[in-house]
Amino acid sequence: MNVIEMKQVTKAFGAHHALDGLDLSVMKGEVFGFIGPNGAGKSTAIRVLLGMLRKTSGTATIFGEDVWRDAVKIHRRIAYVPGDVNLWPQLTGGEVIDLFASLQGKMNTQKRDELLVRFQLDPTKKCRTYSKGNRQKVALVAAFASDAELFLLDEPTSGLDPLMEKVFQQCVAEVKAEGKTVLLSSHILSEVEKLCDRVGIIRQGRLIECGTLNELRHLTRMQLAVETRVPMESLASWQGVHDVVQTELGWTFHADAEEMELIMQKLGSYGIQRIESAPPTLEDLFMRHYEGTAESRES
Amino acid sequence: MKERFVGVSRLSMFIIRQDRLRYVWWLIGIIALTLIVPPALNELYPTQQDRDVLAETMKNPVMEAMVGPGDLANYTLGAMVSHQMLLMTAIAVAIMNILLMVRHTRAEEEEGQAELLRSFPVARDSQLTASMLTLTGVNLLLALLIGVGLYSLSFDSMGVTGSFIYGAGLGAIGIFFASITAVCSQMAGSSRGAVGLSFTVMIACYLLRSGTEWIPPFGWLTQVQPYSENNWLPVGGLLVAGAVLFLFAVMLLGKRDIGSGLIPSRNGRAHASVLLRSPIGLAWRLQRTTFISWSIGMLVLGVSYGSVLGDLDAFFQDNDMLASMIVADENSSLTAQFLPMLMAVLAFISTIPALLSIHKVVGEERKSRVDVVLSRSVSRTALFMSYLVLACITAVMMLSFAALGLWLAGTTSMEEPFSIQTVWQSAIVHFPAIAVMIGVSSCLIGIVKKAVGLVWLYLFYGFMTLYLGGLFQFPVWMEKLSPFGFVSKLPIEDMNWLYAGGLIAVAILLMMIGINRYTNRDIEG
Repeated sequence: MNVIEMKQVTKAFGAHHALDGLDLSVMKGEVFGFIGPNGAGKSTAIRVLLGMLRKTSGTATIFGEDVWRDAVKIHRRIAYVPGDVNLWPQLTGGEVIDLFASLQGKMNTQKRDELLVRFQLDPTKKCRTYSKGNRQKVALVAAFASDAELFLLDEPTSGLDPLMEKVFQQCVAEVKAEGKTVLLSSHILSEVEKLCDRVGIIRQGRLIECGTLNELRHLTRMQLAVETRVPMESLASWQGVHDVVQTELGWTFHADAEEMELIMQKLGSYGIQRIESAPPTLEDLFMRHYEGTAESRES
Repeated sequence: MKERFVGVSRLSMFIIRQDRLRYVWWLIGIIALTLIVPPALNELYPTQQDRDVLAETMKNPVMEAMVGPGDLANYTLGAMVSHQMLLMTAIAVAIMNILLMVRHTRAEEEEGQAELLRSFPVARDSQLTASMLTLTGVNLLLALLIGVGLYSLSFDSMGVTGSFIYGAGLGAIGIFFASITAVCSQMAGSSRGAVGLSFTVMIACYLLRSGTEWIPPFGWLTQVQPYSENNWLPVGGLLVAGAVLFLFAVMLLGKRDIGSGLIPSRNGRAHASVLLRSPIGLAWRLQRTTFISWSIGMLVLGVSYGSVLGDLDAFFQDNDMLASMIVADENSSLTAQFLPMLMAVLAFISTIPALLSIHKVVGEERKSRVDVVLSRSVSRTALFMSYLVLACITAVMMLSFAALGLWLAGTTSMEEPFSIQTVWQSAIVHFPAIAVMIGVSSCLIGIVKKAVGLVWLYLFYGFMTLYLGGLFQFPVWMEKLSPFGFVSKLPIEDMNWLYAGGLIAVAILLMMIGINRYTNRDIEG
């Protein structure tokens, strides 16, 4: 069964549609990466899932329960970490973590103390004195020390240093090993690539791509660097070849996955001396869609 | 030296740009309040004889404590206006300056805009200087407009000098409090703390003034006596004091870090106590300091009003003739006639912390701190109820502290002191009305949270109709538009249970509407 199920969800703020028919499903036990440019609707989607915002139309459920009506019931089983953690300046980090735990229900105190050490957080300091990263650690410790079954993480590492980011990645791997589900919205694509089983790209309030990284790669282009004996003057006009650049050693270009067979046959006739290929990174995928947005904005 | 003022003019323009509407509304409010009074009083007390009768009733310690001394021997229309209105208007001006000053000093620091601004080539003091400069301009404008306005009413006893000195007195009070707030903003740890500290200073000044009329700033203001003495010296004194305080604030600013007060923050507990582990525990913890400081404030206020009752008692003892004239009711002492009036003022002041308490729920939402609580298994109803319960408890406690203070001082200074039950009952009888005010706030929070400030206007309306109702002889229905118009005047009236029950019913209804709307709207992130 899907843990998160959103069908044709729209959320209108006046005339502006922050979500515009969003379909999203996250399966039990998977880590789902949620990526998209700023203002694409990632946080709005998560806040609809949390029951903070009331969707304009569509259906949204978590654990099969309505996110608005059964919010409190759902919240017993989830943990949420926002990107901007706003805390009460006069409380200490330790007090906030305990408060969150008691509002949620249960907390593993041994796990909490262990996480405090791993994240190197001093719980006796007032939240007023914490940096953005430290405030985020407070929310992360509270989340990972809980016995939640679903983690909603909205850009949870935007303030963390690389060492702490690693600790975070370990924590995600651990909860995944326990069979828990994670929705991770992030801008750090290498992180998503490392952690996520499936990825969804959101743009203008709609999910435009969704699948495993491998599935997505098939949809996109591969980068090739080729050196041939015979110069390839006509390369740029070949079907399925894009972004041709001549370098000292030969040519680099992007090739459509579906035209690959034909391109390789043609290349063979020029006498290949050296060929390197790289699978598209998530960044390539993302950039391709992102640039799409930029173009449509211009036009 | 020049370096210290880099960016001041630019920042001043920016502040005006941001807040021009706020300034305009405050100015309109205060000027309107000032200008509607003289024609009304002229209509109600047209002859010198009428005014002398009123002057007679002002010659007692309670009235002196409330409105200050006046030229009662020569009670012209002008003297009457300045006696009745100057001190009260000055408090409104002081509140305006406190709120506007904190906005541009501590509040912007807390939200992080100040840091962004200071990263530009802008001197550290510039923001403070620009705020002070802008507010000085606003106060000058207020002084001028009030001077012109009062003079243009063209009453015989309200000449040009008197009118302008009336305005100047108010402007000077404004500048003085802008500076006081500038100092408080450097001391306190947060913008709320700065507002609280400034209000504390203001109330202390007001209380200290009664009896000893030389204590600044309100004591000095009552020495100005527009339309009779026209004394410029205290106005100059206020301005000089304001300037000195401002320089002190600038000096303090250089000694503290951005975003923190001069009192360093210490480490705290590593774990939450049992008290903190629930929504209401959190709500209480967030308001604990405010609650304690208001409690002390109400106690002190009660004591000071209680000692006025003692003076009043002594006053009646010395005036047998007056006593024989006023005695109307065999059952209650003369002093008891004044108890409901003092309690009404204390009840209005008690409403402020109760409303602040319920408004905290919107404040938390604006600071995006509600998400992290509601994303736990906490229902919106539970969250909202926590704040409602606390607001009601606050109201009861504030009334009780005021009553306790009044009783304590009364017991020690009066010939025949009131029993503690009498005093407490005359205080707690206001609770249903305060509950209605809390209900109004709940509705606003649930339906249009942007407009939640309107409740202050409503509270002010209630205060005006009761406080000035007698003076202006307002029709009864005007009082009844405010819940405070339905409060029984214990101990001189009988308890009206129908009214009290009705108020409670209305309060519960409003609160339920508020909860219902709050649970059905978007939470701002």
